[in-house]
Amino acid sequence: MDINTFIEKLEVEFEELEQGTLKPDTNFRNIDEWSSMYALIIIALIDTEYEVVVTGEDLSKIETVQELYDLVKLRLN
Amino acid sequence: MAFSAIHNVAIRGISAAVPKTIESNWEYPFLSESEKKLLIKTTGVEFRRRAEKGMATSDLCYEAAKKLIDELGWSPSEIDALIFVSQSSDYYLPATAIILQDRLGLPTSCMALDVGLGCSGYVYGLSVLSSILSATGLKKALLMAGDVSSATCSFEDKSTYPLFGDAGTVTALEFDDSAQSMTFELNSDGSGYEAIIIPHGGVRNLATKASFDKKEISPGIQRADLNLALNGLDVFNFSVTKVPKSINAFLAKTNTSPDNYDYFLMHQANLLMNETIRKKTKFDKEQVPYSIQQYGNTSSASIPLTIVAELRDRTKEERLNVLMAGFGVGLSWGIASVELAHIKCPKIIEV
Repeated sequence: MDINTFIEKLEVEFEELEQGTLKPDTNFRNIDEWSSMYALIIIALIDTEYEVVVTGEDLSKIETVQELYDLVKLRLN
Repeated sequence: MAFSAIHNVAIRGISAAVPKTIESNWEYPFLSESEKKLLIKTTGVEFRRRAEKGMATSDLCYEAAKKLIDELGWSPSEIDALIFVSQSSDYYLPATAIILQDRLGLPTSCMALDVGLGCSGYVYGLSVLSSILSATGLKKALLMAGDVSSATCSFEDKSTYPLFGDAGTVTALEFDDSAQSMTFELNSDGSGYEAIIIPHGGVRNLATKASFDKKEISPGIQRADLNLALNGLDVFNFSVTKVPKSINAFLAKTNTSPDNYDYFLMHQANLLMNETIRKKTKFDKEQVPYSIQQYGNTSSASIPLTIVAELRDRTKEERLNVLMAGFGVGLSWGIASVELAHIKCPKIIEV
């Protein structure tokens, strides 16, 4: 697992997002089309792809793509 | 593990009734166009049925029961037991099942009781009523399951109102010593009781004038304490972790695999959630029918409604082995494996 493939997977979920727009330091709440529904989508993506459980509470504590990646990586190990 | 096998009880028929008023999430005013698109794609809910004010779940179940009794050729006087599974009863008391006994012209020798469960309610109700028939030798019984959720969701709450639809269903059960056994696994986790809750109006928080005041929780979410509150993320986490685990344990315990089932019928909660569960339990897309696009989340009615909406022709003509999973409010969840063999399954009734 590396952050680039992680970002690619995330980008696919955002329909209106151009590929390559998302950076490790992007605050995912600042993505134009962000809404609370994306929290569900991200939780489902991480669960299906990595078999890692991220909760709503976890998401509320983090802001950037890098922090999300670090959390998933930590739980994978 | 509350794992059990129940013998000598057959499902003879399933019917469903919905209100005739259709609401579309494309016309829900508290979502932007892009939010509507995302909501419909993610939750799967495009249309919902809404009961007119004063129409209760029991009215839908009553119509569904009349039709099913008629198609089965049963006489109301033969029905020994009636269970009404719902979280939208006619009155605080008495129990709605008793009112339905009289309304349907069932004999006073019929036992009637309510079960207060939602999303897991169909699987639970099936287990309770089948156990009674199996243990007592009573012959014929009706299981009613459904909710009028539109009555308790706040219209101005985009996190609940667009998700739920109203429906009532009836399942006819009969003692039959040649029936294939049903198998159940039932679970509860009350630590999550606040995840889906109507906080006021029970005895814990008696309704006061303030219970009716709508408060803004966040933009697009306004509700009172007498309305349903849903913590979507907590329910999502619960559903995609506990439910697949239980299903996989159930398959191991029954020595079966997804190939042994014609269909896997899930409570129609949310398309993304259900698809996540489907992938984790390795069922094929073709094995998992949905009614959520047309009817929304119909609480305890969702599994039988999906059978009537999607499998009607096959259940009438064939023997189908189905796996069922109900999960949600409580938190409560249950898995069942049952056979649907040449059952009566009238078309969905509009009331």
